[in-house]
This record gives sequence, structure tokens and C-alpha cells, in this order.
Amino acid sequence: MKINAIKTLATALVVSTLSLTAASADVLDTIKERGRLIVGVKADYKPYGFLDSSGAIIGIEPDLAKDVADKLGVEVEYVPVVSSNRMQFLEQGKIDLMIATMTDNEERRKVVNIVDPNYYSSGTNILALKSLRLKEWEDLRGKPICGIQGAFYNKATSQNYGAEIVAFKGTAEAYSALKAGNCAAFVYDDSAIVAKTNDPEWADYEMPLATIDDAPWGLAVALGEDNFTALMSEMITDWHKSGRILELETKWGVTNTPFAQAMHDKYK
Amino acid sequence: MDFISEWFRVLYQETGINLPFLYDEYDRNRMIDGFFTTVWLSLVCLFFSVIIGVIGAWLQGSSFKWTRRIVNGYIQLFRNTPPLVQLYFFYFAIGTLLPKVENDWGGQSPILGSFAWAAISLSFFAGAFNVEIFRSGIEAVPKSTVEAAEALGFSKLQIYRDITLPLAFRVVIPALNNNLVNLVKTTTLAYAIAVPEMLYEANQIWSDNVNVTEMMIFLLLAYFVLVGVLVGGMNRWERAMKIPGFG
Repeated sequence: MKINAIKTLATALVVSTLSLTAASADVLDTIKERGRLIVGVKADYKPYGFLDSSGAIIGIEPDLAKDVADKLGVEVEYVPVVSSNRMQFLEQGKIDLMIATMTDNEERRKVVNIVDPNYYSSGTNILALKSLRLKEWEDLRGKPICGIQGAFYNKATSQNYGAEIVAFKGTAEAYSALKAGNCAAFVYDDSAIVAKTNDPEWADYEMPLATIDDAPWGLAVALGEDNFTALMSEMITDWHKSGRILELETKWGVTNTPFAQAMHDKYK
Repeated sequence: MDFISEWFRVLYQETGINLPFLYDEYDRNRMIDGFFTTVWLSLVCLFFSVIIGVIGAWLQGSSFKWTRRIVNGYIQLFRNTPPLVQLYFFYFAIGTLLPKVENDWGGQSPILGSFAWAAISLSFFAGAFNVEIFRSGIEAVPKSTVEAAEALGFSKLQIYRDITLPLAFRVVIPALNNNLVNLVKTTTLAYAIAVPEMLYEANQIWSDNVNVTEMMIFLLLAYFVLVGVLVGGMNRWERAMKIPGFG
């Protein structure tokens, strides 16, 4: 009951902001006038968006953003965002475009304009010692598996594969417990695990299983920006068609993901 | 049983009050496991913290200067640091320094797991307070009583065991009661190092079902009942120990 009331309230708020944005001019004109495209990207999510030694934001998503700016014939400016503020930044007009590892879902589609098709996807996988030779999810049965408190896949991992989830508050504790040998593996987002396996400190570890629970990521523009949406939709299709996503994965040291491969095959 | 679980399922559908541990078997088992882990952890810690208190208070009266200093150092260290920091310290700092053993899945794991560290850490934490509590009881025993025992030829250990401690116990029960109640509540901190006790399991359930309010209310009531049982037991014990004309 109460949740419904909150939802109604949230929708009302969204609708009021929506009418505000709709009243303003087309964001594409603003960008061209300004000569700069302002993009919200992650700065703490290697290799999708992170800081280099000089403090500049680099990674797969900044590269994609650069493509968009090139297409529009303008400069690009990166604004670091985090999960809790990325949609608000877009709503407030602080950024024109958001490419920030955001999982696509219905609730979010009510707040921002998530562009179809999805540009990327991630799922659940594990980080485990190579010497354990884990091959299938079933191999986790009866073993203690580190996780993050509140992650939605904890239940599935223990219910379907019989793993004993040992959940910690944050990733630092979980990684530390994995390293100490308190658990056989760490169940987490495959995109983050891929980055860890490239870290020399984690050279003895691997991501041995097939990814499950694949959920698509969506890049987004503000609600009501139909021209920009159409343009971005074209861009994403182009990226898939030309194999740009696969190319960027290779560039940043990520094994080609099944999703990127499948999308490339689909639009080829 | 089926009837009850069905009723709670309907309650959820009709009113939105979601208590999945009453109708979903998986969540029910989690909650039951969590409950017994909390009870077991509490009992282990209660036992060892009282033992630590009794022994520590005896060592405090030792005639060796260094024994007294070590006991006081222990009390200062454990009484002046937060229990959560102690848990993290034991589990992540000390735990990784200890030798590792071969485990069932072909890897190497630390000798002590999270439950063992929680039991050790919380016992020492509550034990530090118990030493001081027992000391207050021992100091309340009249010197003349101890002198009388000495005159009758009792040894130092005999005096402590048969005369000072039984009398001291009666004096300290209210303070001890307080500390042990606190200890049972402090076991919830063990969820930070992934001991699957009640708060941990409730957290897992509410993240899967997004029923934070219901789980919070349930947890509050569960601990209220659990600690109520302990307090009831301690009060009975207090009455049973009563000596007319003393304390």
C-alpha cells in the first residue's frame, strides 16, 4: 500500500520534471551551440570508466562517448557519476548523455529515456583460484562462496547450486576474505570480475564459469529528447554492426562478451 | 503447518504484509538456522566470558606484579575498543596471519572460521567487563571474613573458590545480568564478518523480498523475546542464590 503511495508520488515528481524538460529547446541544438557534449560516465569501474595516472577519465564508455561527440562534430566533456546520482544528473540537465554501466529496467525507464537497443550487458559470475579447477556452477555445491550482502543473485546461487553464501558488507571485505581462503570463490558482476582477473595481484585467479542472469545495460538521455534518442539508437546499432563494442573490449583487455558477439551477429 | 503457511501467503497477497519466512520453506530454514546460530553463539560467549571474568578477577588479586599488569592490560585493550573493530581485527588481521589448513574443496583456508572468531572476540570483549564486575564483588566481601578463613588454614585458592567467590556472586548478579544482556545483543555485530546469525539471515531475506519493515519489526520482537528469556533465567537464579541477611 505504502509503496504504491510512494510510487504515485515519484511518478508525479517525474511528470512535473518531464513537462519542464519538454518545454526547453532540443538538447541537440544546445550541444551544437555550446560546441561540447557533456557525458556522465563512471570513474571507478575499471575498465568501463576509470581514471588514468594523470587523472583523466578513460575506458570503454568514455570511448563510446567520444564516438558520439565526433558524430555531432563537437568536443566531449566527461562528468564522473556514481550509481546513486547518475539519473538525477541527467534529469537536472547537468549531463546530456549518460553511459554509466546502468542496468536497464522498467523502474528506470520511467525516470530517464533508456535508448534501445542495449549497448552492453553483464551477468553473474565467480572469481576463484585457478588451482580449484571449477568448471560448472554445480561445482559450487557445499562450498563457502563469498558474496555481497543484498545482492540479488545470492539466493539463486545457494538455492539452485547449493553454494553456502558468506556475504560481506562491501567488495573490499569480500575480496580480502577470498584471498585469505575463507571462501572458495566470490560471486559478483562478471564485468567487475573481468577487470580483477587482469590485475597482476589476482594472477592466480580466474573467472571459470559461464555467465548467468545476464542483464542488459542501457545508456540514457533525458526524457522527452526524441531527436537525441533517435540519433543514439542509430549510433548503438552502428556500434553493434561495425563491431565497435567488440573492438573496444579487446582494446581495454576484456574477453569478448557473449552479448556483444550476439549483437554483432544480429546487426551484421 | 501447511494451513499456517497458506494463511501467511494469503496475508501477503491481500494486505502486502510479507513474512516470507513463515510461508517459504527456503526462507524459513534460513531464519531457523539464523535463530539457532544466535542462540549457540550467545551461549558459547556467555560461558566463556563468565569463565574469563572469574579467572581474571582471581589473577587480579595475584601477588605477582606482572600477572596483575597483564590482566589490567587485557581489560584496558578490550574495554576501550569498539567490539566491531575487534571483530574485524581478529577476522581480517589476526585470522590471515595464522597458519592455513587444507580444506574440503582442495584449497587452503584459515584455521579459524568466522563463527570461531566471533565467539573468541565477543567472549574476550564481554570477559573484560566481567573481570571488573567480579572484582567489585570480591572487594565487597568483608576483609574480616577472608582473615577468618586464613586463620582457619584455608589456602589462597580455597578462600577464593569457597568463600570469596560465592559471596561475591551474590553481589555482582545485577551488574553481571546487565553485561550478559548486552553480550547477547552484541552478537548481532557478528554479521559484519558473515556469521549467519539472525540479523544476517534477516538481511538476506529482506534484500530478496524487499520487506525491510516487516523484517525489522520481527527482528526487534525476536530479540526482545530472546533477551527476555535470559533475563527471566537470571532473575530466577538471583532469587535462588539469596542468603537471608546478606546482600
